[in-house]
Amino acid sequence: MARESKIDESLVRHVAHLSRLALTDDEITRMTGELSAIVGYIDQLGELDTADVPPTAHALPVHNVFREDEVTPSFDSDTALSNAPQREGTFFRVPKILDTGDGA
Amino acid sequence: MGHKASDIEARLIVGFETHVQLATNTKLFCGCAVAFGETPNSRMCPVCLGLPGALPVMNRRAFDFAVLTGLALGCKISVHTKWDRKSYYYPDLPKNYQISQYDLPLAHDGAFEIPSEGGSKRVGIIRAHLEEDAGKNLHDQGDYSLVDLNRAGTPLLEIVTRPEINSPDEAYVYCTELQRLVTYLGVSHGVMQKGQMRFEPNINVEITAGGQTFRTPISEVKNLNSFRSVRGAVEFEFRRQVQDWLADHDYQFKKRPNENRGWDDERGVTVFQREKEAAHDYRYFPDPDLVPVEVDTAWLNGVRESLPELPLARRMRFELQYGVTADDAATLVADRETADCFESAAERAGAPQTTAKQFLNVWSRFANDRGVSVGRLAVSAERMGELAAMVDQRVVSATAANQIAERMMSSSDEPRQLAESMGLVTVADEGQLDSWVAGVFAGNEKAVKDAIANPKKTQAAVGFLRGQVMKASGGKADPRLAGDKIEARLAAMRAG
Ligand SMILES: [Zn+2]
Repeated sequence: MARESKIDESLVRHVAHLSRLALTDDEITRMTGELSAIVGYIDQLGELDTADVPPTAHALPVHNVFREDEVTPSFDSDTALSNAPQREGTFFRVPKILDTGDGA
Repeated sequence: MGHKASDIEARLIVGFETHVQLATNTKLFCGCAVAFGETPNSRMCPVCLGLPGALPVMNRRAFDFAVLTGLALGCKISVHTKWDRKSYYYPDLPKNYQISQYDLPLAHDGAFEIPSEGGSKRVGIIRAHLEEDAGKNLHDQGDYSLVDLNRAGTPLLEIVTRPEINSPDEAYVYCTELQRLVTYLGVSHGVMQKGQMRFEPNINVEITAGGQTFRTPISEVKNLNSFRSVRGAVEFEFRRQVQDWLADHDYQFKKRPNENRGWDDERGVTVFQREKEAAHDYRYFPDPDLVPVEVDTAWLNGVRESLPELPLARRMRFELQYGVTADDAATLVADRETADCFESAAERAGAPQTTAKQFLNVWSRFANDRGVSVGRLAVSAERMGELAAMVDQRVVSATAANQIAERMMSSSDEPRQLAESMGLVTVADEGQLDSWVAGVFAGNEKAVKDAIANPKKTQAAVGFLRGQVMKASGGKADPRLAGDKIEARLAAMRAG
């Protein structure tokens, strides 16, 4: 099932926007080239004949890995916040959230 | 073109997406305690903070709860399910993706039976899947926002219905019945005030005018967390969409965008939030950190065995088995503890109808006063049954039983002991009854005369005399024997 993967600048801009990344035009150009090369490399897999290979959702032949519903210790809030650039009390403080209309 | 309100027929179409918080001790993929109202960011670990290298592990109980709910909703349970990443970037989502189930939900194609006028109605269930909750943002902070991630990773079951609900009342009933179901199953505490059930109705209207059928765009009202707001939002949208179509016949599905709206509780209106023109681009893909789940027959049967009798079925059985009205049956099965308590008490009493009366008139009043269910009162089903048996066997009158019940709330004495110590045991002694009846007849000549000679007033007068005898006895007279005495004395007077 070979699928044409085409990475162009508009797709890179779109994904950058979804990821809330502000890329410069130079970065867009560079990313487009690099991502095309990476995806093109992966696309070589499409050359294999997989007609007789069943689809799989996971690389490992493992399923049903569970844990019991038992509480384990959490971080205290200072530890949880220790990587935060900004905090207020025990809250993370972040730039005001703007609804751009394309979020969840 | 140019249809008026009077020329059209409008049919409401509603489907629901509901998030139900599961009653696990820990989060979906880590051992952090599920908490409410704790210190912000005090229930976090590397997994739910999304730290690099941390690996999620599935909570078995959450999965069992989800399967149990799926079975109760008549769904097919998928033999094979997996976990997918739903990517979006928002400060309340530490990993920048939510772990959810995209194309292989664990339960699908079911139906939920809800009570409806003159019987029941089946609402189709498209799917039910597990996912993790996000954290909480506090927006009203001026030029910045605050984030509390304690809730991030809490297990949610998302239940999606077919668009088969056709009135605001049905929408209300669907939501209340779903809450009853999940609390019956014990899979959720279903506490609305804590956001443990969040309803999102998708609403539009089918309008028939001049032999043609039109459909309005679908609006999704986000995050309703009270039953009243569900009914209000659905009612409001029904009216609004018809009005918008009347004002502009191009206000139609596909001609105009679908919308997200919010509910303004104070004004009782829905408010436009945004158009849903662009399909969300979540870039779903299978989560490589989590292995798939295979549900085999043994597992499924094990869960199926823990499936209790469901509320609607139990209500119908109560009507048949105990001879109570539909409304009374609904009250008795309102929650599982109360229904269980009633059945034990009724069995102990050997008198379901008397037990039912006491549940509906006495125990439910005490429960309401204390803000709990009858099943949670500090009186055992055993003692409740004993009290009902005493009324049934005419050891005490129904009125006296109310007083005893009140005392039972604070005393651990047996109801029979209480009846004796309170002097409420019914008097069936002939001589004592005769003397009470004689006293009442002597003191109420007018009523006695009406009872004998005025056919229009006979019934009321006899009732009055009975009441007076009960009063004279301090509620202790055996009501039936007292009634017999009164009738006998009146008959003798008529004859003489
Ligand atoms: Zn955690």
